[in-house]
Amino acid sequence: MTLQTFNPEISTEPVIEIKQPVITVKDVNVFYGDKQALKNISLDIPKNKVTSLIGPSGCGKTTFLKCINRMNDLIDICRVEGEILVGGQDIYDPAVDVVALRAHIGMVFQKPNPFPKSIFENVAYGMRIHNLTNSKSELGDRVESALRGAAIWEEVRDRLDQPGTSLSGGQQQRLCIARAIAVEPKIILMDEPASALDPIATAKIEELMDELRKNYAIVIVTHSMQQAARVSQFTAFFHMGELVEHGKTDKIFTSPGDERTQNYITGRIG
Amino acid sequence: MESTHIVQSFDRDLEKIKGLLLEMGGLVETQLADAITALVNRDSKLGKQVKKSDKPINLLEQEINEKAVRLLALRQPVAADLRIIVSIMKAAANLERIGDYAKNIAKRTSVVVKCPPVGSAANTLKRMNTMVINMINDVLDAFIADDIETADAVRLRDEEVDLVHNTLFRELLTYMMEDQRNISPSMHLLFIAKNIERCGDHAAQIAEQVHYMVAGSLPEDKRPKSDKTSTMTLEVDQN
Repeated sequence: MTLQTFNPEISTEPVIEIKQPVITVKDVNVFYGDKQALKNISLDIPKNKVTSLIGPSGCGKTTFLKCINRMNDLIDICRVEGEILVGGQDIYDPAVDVVALRAHIGMVFQKPNPFPKSIFENVAYGMRIHNLTNSKSELGDRVESALRGAAIWEEVRDRLDQPGTSLSGGQQQRLCIARAIAVEPKIILMDEPASALDPIATAKIEELMDELRKNYAIVIVTHSMQQAARVSQFTAFFHMGELVEHGKTDKIFTSPGDERTQNYITGRIG
Repeated sequence: MESTHIVQSFDRDLEKIKGLLLEMGGLVETQLADAITALVNRDSKLGKQVKKSDKPINLLEQEINEKAVRLLALRQPVAADLRIIVSIMKAAANLERIGDYAKNIAKRTSVVVKCPPVGSAANTLKRMNTMVINMINDVLDAFIADDIETADAVRLRDEEVDLVHNTLFRELLTYMMEDQRNISPSMHLLFIAKNIERCGDHAAQIAEQVHYMVAGSLPEDKRPKSDKTSTMTLEVDQN
């Protein structure tokens, strides 16, 4: 691997359960200074599925999400041990180009954060900096394709030159998803993507996730049990930095194996 | 489950609905006991009372269903909470059917008391009925205590009810063959026996529901069934 690329081989064969994981996490420990935030996490993320990370505040689920695209690099006191393999490559290998990695693993945040630019530029920006297009017309086509992929094209096609910030919260979030998928990632990470949205906008994001998973692996952090149950096929429950339980969502929400999972998802004092 | 919900009104709602199920179970046990007492004592007045007393059971089932649906809509329960509510609804449906069978037994009692007694069939029915009432009582205790062992044991006890049913079926066939005048009361007694046998099945189904509620899955082994009456024949001696 060179510093300029991050292009692991990911099979396009459909996944059966987690036999061909897109992401393999092995014995990961994360420390913020002296405090250990994640303890011996091992977890496989399948492709073409949505994996929900659930758990009480401070359990480490967002830390885990940020490990997957090395967002924790931005925190000086953060130290990550263990292996996170994407397509067989360790993303913490010093040779990995973090910018290329983050194009490969897109992220959508809790609060929509469009650039202070036009709707068109919000989507085109990533493609430009990654040199993904050769001509202006190709750029236009790919912006349209990304906006269509994020189910917002029909709402913005006549006002592509208007600021991204002029859109409603739900539209801004879908614009951010369009921005993430414009650079053709394999994996999309979402950190409570609908927590600031009303039920209709939330439903649109959830419907979009179901559509997006046909082409991507999605990992979502959510505080809404119902949302995890609705959108994901796999669920991982974190508690006090540990991965307590990971399994099929329908199993977790009907008969979880661990009492701590049960206590959390049923709203009991654990 | 020992721990309580952070939202304590959820616990109160659940306790209330469990209380209704127990109340329903108590009424059903009384109905079954009274139906057979009316038969054994040839008490048509008590039989009529049993027929009338089915309605409160049906109303209780309706109330349980309404409260359960409300809980599903408002609390959106998952895991053990979801299993409890689904199990309560299913148990209530089973109890309601048992109540219907008790009513049916009481209806037949009004005919049976006008006919001469058929051997000791009424006492055998009483014994069979007591077995079923004990099953219902124990399975409801298991329901409230999350006691999977007791529930599994109740489920297996249904086989004993089937065996008594087989014996009674054979016995009543012989009475009918001996004397045509026995046919009418015997036919009614056979239907009563079948009703009690079905009540045992419903108690066993509640036991399976308790297993599901506690363990998250239905029992893996098949429930032993020994009811042979649907294939039973007696040879008639032509000489």
